[in-house]
Amino acid sequence: MPLIKHGTLVEDIWHETDDFADVQTLAPLGPVIVTLNVWRQHRAAILAYDGRLGLRLAPGQTPDLVAADLHHFELVELEFAKFTDGRAYSHARLLRERHGFKGELRAVGEVLRDQLSFMLRCGFDAFSLETDQQAEALLAAVDEFAHWYQPAPGTSGRLDHRSTIPALRQGAGNSTNRDTAGRAATWAY
Amino acid sequence: MSIPIPKTIKKTQITTAQAVTANRLSDGAVVYLTDQNTWSAEIDDCQIVNDQGVAENFLSLTQELSGGLSGGDQVVGTYLFKVQLDGGRALPLSRREIIRTTGPSISFGATAAPKQPQI
Amino acid sequence: MCRYDEFDHAFVAERVDQFRGQVARRVAGDLSEDEFKPLRLMNGLYLQLHAYMLRVAIPYGTLSATQMRMLAHIARTYDRGYGHFTTRQNIQYNWPALADVPDILDDLASVEMHAIQTSGNCIRNTTADPLAGVAADEIEDPRVYAEIIRQWSTLHPEFSFLPRKFKIAVTGAPNDRAVTRGHDIGLRMHRDLQGNPSFEVMVGGGQGRTPILAKTIRNFLPVEHLLSYLEAILRVYNQLGRRDNIYKARIKILVQSEGEAAFAEQVEAEWQQIHNNAPGALDLPEAERNRIAAYFAPHGYADLPKQSPILDAALDTDPAFAAWVESNVQGHKQPGYAIATISLKPHGGIPGDASAGQMDAVADLAERYGFDEIRITYKQNLVLPDVPKADLHTVWQELVDLGLGTANAGRISDIIACPGLDYCNLANARSIPIAQRISERFTDLQREREIGDLSLNISGCINACAHHHVANIGILGVDKKGVEYYQITLGGVADENAAIGAVIGPAFEEHQIADAVETIVDVYLNERETDERFIETYQRVGPQPFKEKLYATD
Repeated sequence: MPLIKHGTLVEDIWHETDDFADVQTLAPLGPVIVTLNVWRQHRAAILAYDGRLGLRLAPGQTPDLVAADLHHFELVELEFAKFTDGRAYSHARLLRERHGFKGELRAVGEVLRDQLSFMLRCGFDAFSLETDQQAEALLAAVDEFAHWYQPAPGTSGRLDHRSTIPALRQGAGNSTNRDTAGRAATWAY
Repeated sequence: MSIPIPKTIKKTQITTAQAVTANRLSDGAVVYLTDQNTWSAEIDDCQIVNDQGVAENFLSLTQELSGGLSGGDQVVGTYLFKVQLDGGRALPLSRREIIRTTGPSISFGATAAPKQPQI
Repeated sequence: MCRYDEFDHAFVAERVDQFRGQVARRVAGDLSEDEFKPLRLMNGLYLQLHAYMLRVAIPYGTLSATQMRMLAHIARTYDRGYGHFTTRQNIQYNWPALADVPDILDDLASVEMHAIQTSGNCIRNTTADPLAGVAADEIEDPRVYAEIIRQWSTLHPEFSFLPRKFKIAVTGAPNDRAVTRGHDIGLRMHRDLQGNPSFEVMVGGGQGRTPILAKTIRNFLPVEHLLSYLEAILRVYNQLGRRDNIYKARIKILVQSEGEAAFAEQVEAEWQQIHNNAPGALDLPEAERNRIAAYFAPHGYADLPKQSPILDAALDTDPAFAAWVESNVQGHKQPGYAIATISLKPHGGIPGDASAGQMDAVADLAERYGFDEIRITYKQNLVLPDVPKADLHTVWQELVDLGLGTANAGRISDIIACPGLDYCNLANARSIPIAQRISERFTDLQREREIGDLSLNISGCINACAHHHVANIGILGVDKKGVEYYQITLGGVADENAAIGAVIGPAFEEHQIADAVETIVDVYLNERETDERFIETYQRVGPQPFKEKLYATD
């Protein structure tokens, strides 16, 4: 499946599985994404492979469930079973802001153009798509807005350097204090 | 637009006469499926179906097709509703469909002339 | 009056362009209706029985004359010459074509208006006390906070796909004119023990099939923490609110199932985490509050005497005017000025509807007799907030000529009604003709005066858009095998003493409902003690006397 990462179409090198038996065959081949259930049941065995690991969370699974283990994962995948189910937006922010997750944060499932900006701003940096065609349309959505009102990981961190409107009003737009400390100072409404 | 009529008519129980309706995508206007398998704003043009199986087939066909249309033929929210026949004309049965056919039951906008209060 | 700055202008323009693109993609078939529907709803566009309906936000219910004229222009140009003002400080157009909607939004943006988040499962247009800034009982102008919430909630990245719609109302006064307990979040300002303005935070109110009044989860929230606290509430709801059943998806059901105390604890815990994670994030600096507050600074009021001899003379000689003043005019915080309610409830008319001509004329009045401002109330009426007392008689005469001079604010014919089955896709029964029929029974102003304060609301389905649950007399339209029936509830209250009404008995048929209302009124007049309002009598005597008369067998 096509994958957009950091704004470009890239090859997806990750294998995905919800079956521990597959992990045994897939892990030697390359990086593997496991579901939370597989992880919980076979944690020790999976760690023994010493390969690159990713975790997939279903819409109802908060990252709080796995907070202590997040350092084992290079990638976390959050599922949008339906595009109208917005739980993963909260989960993405929790991962980035509360748990300090720095790896790839991937959106899968119903990933549509008109939801892309919301996802980016919540900290997603990779998007799994159905078709290549979709990729073009999706990327077109990134620049629909120059600025937003709210501070969020995607607008204050490394993913999207656009300032928030409140920050611009305070003239803090392009200054260097815009990372975490700067954000705190400028909701910054 | 044209919708292929199902060749095989399943033998199902005859129910009340029905017709297919929808709202036009462009302006939301109420439209009815005609016997030429086009959409018309006039209920008098509607195609009446007496057989439940045929009616349901019709509905799924129109729903399938409405996705692939363009321009003024596009419709939204296709469904079946019950009608009664009055000298060959279809009359909707429910209050909701009557209002959809004839418009709001009240005079509104410029035509509304509220009574002046009596002092 | 709040003004957009360059950033607000740019943002709203981008939003219009985005929607124009979404409409084009829908028409081209690139978006399915299932994909498009949430997008159009987030811009206030519904598909109703006969046409699209566009709901335009009137943030915190304040409009300038220029904005009102634009609403009139849209009604004339793109619609059928009228609009419908709603209980939540919106105006609805009933007949726009899809292709015209981006142009309408462009026109709105030119006067600093929009339809952003007037529908959909997101944070809706934040409402406020319609008398903000002019009411004598106010601690602080709630519009400052409503505007801050407007900006914070606009295309919020985390809260645009909530389990269900989410409504916030703010009041800065102890007398609640914004039905704060009827909202998902109600914010009511109090002074804390140190005398600082702070918010009582009420969560989980709502109408619908399960009417619930919001519960207070925090008594004194310092105003600077408003946004972080809202973010905590929304985050708990976004994660835990039910998504499997549309009827159980509102936050009121979550608060109910978790229990008020447990829910409050979860919010507090989340709020603490937000703070620990990024101390001060989302705080509202005083400078920013002051910047917004400056937009709502008191007008340059003239130094007028408290009494106006011109007004007093008119009151003595013109009883019809005196009746209007009694019901439609309220005291202003500024001596010599008055707050005048323009009733959009002419007897036999459509509650909340105004023609383009009336909108233009009201805009003129706002310019001539005030500071260029018009307010929209919960009761679907308009308000001229700053009329010099000496001008009241002239204003009223002009209103009468416009068909807007009905002296019934707060009276039985000041009916809140939803569009009902005449327009609405969700309705089970008609509301408007019932409202018309009932109000025609009370065209005698003397009789209305005699009856006094009484709220009567009519909803055409269980969604309760007309808030019938919190009306003294609530009427709910239901469908029984294709026939419209109307169920009556009594005892609801929408102010600071909010209460949910109780069903009085079996539903009535369409032709019986106006008689039933008259019966209720007769029982009240019979039972009441001196100066008792309807609700006071009802609370004292209970439902029994009403039941007996309504369902008398002989």
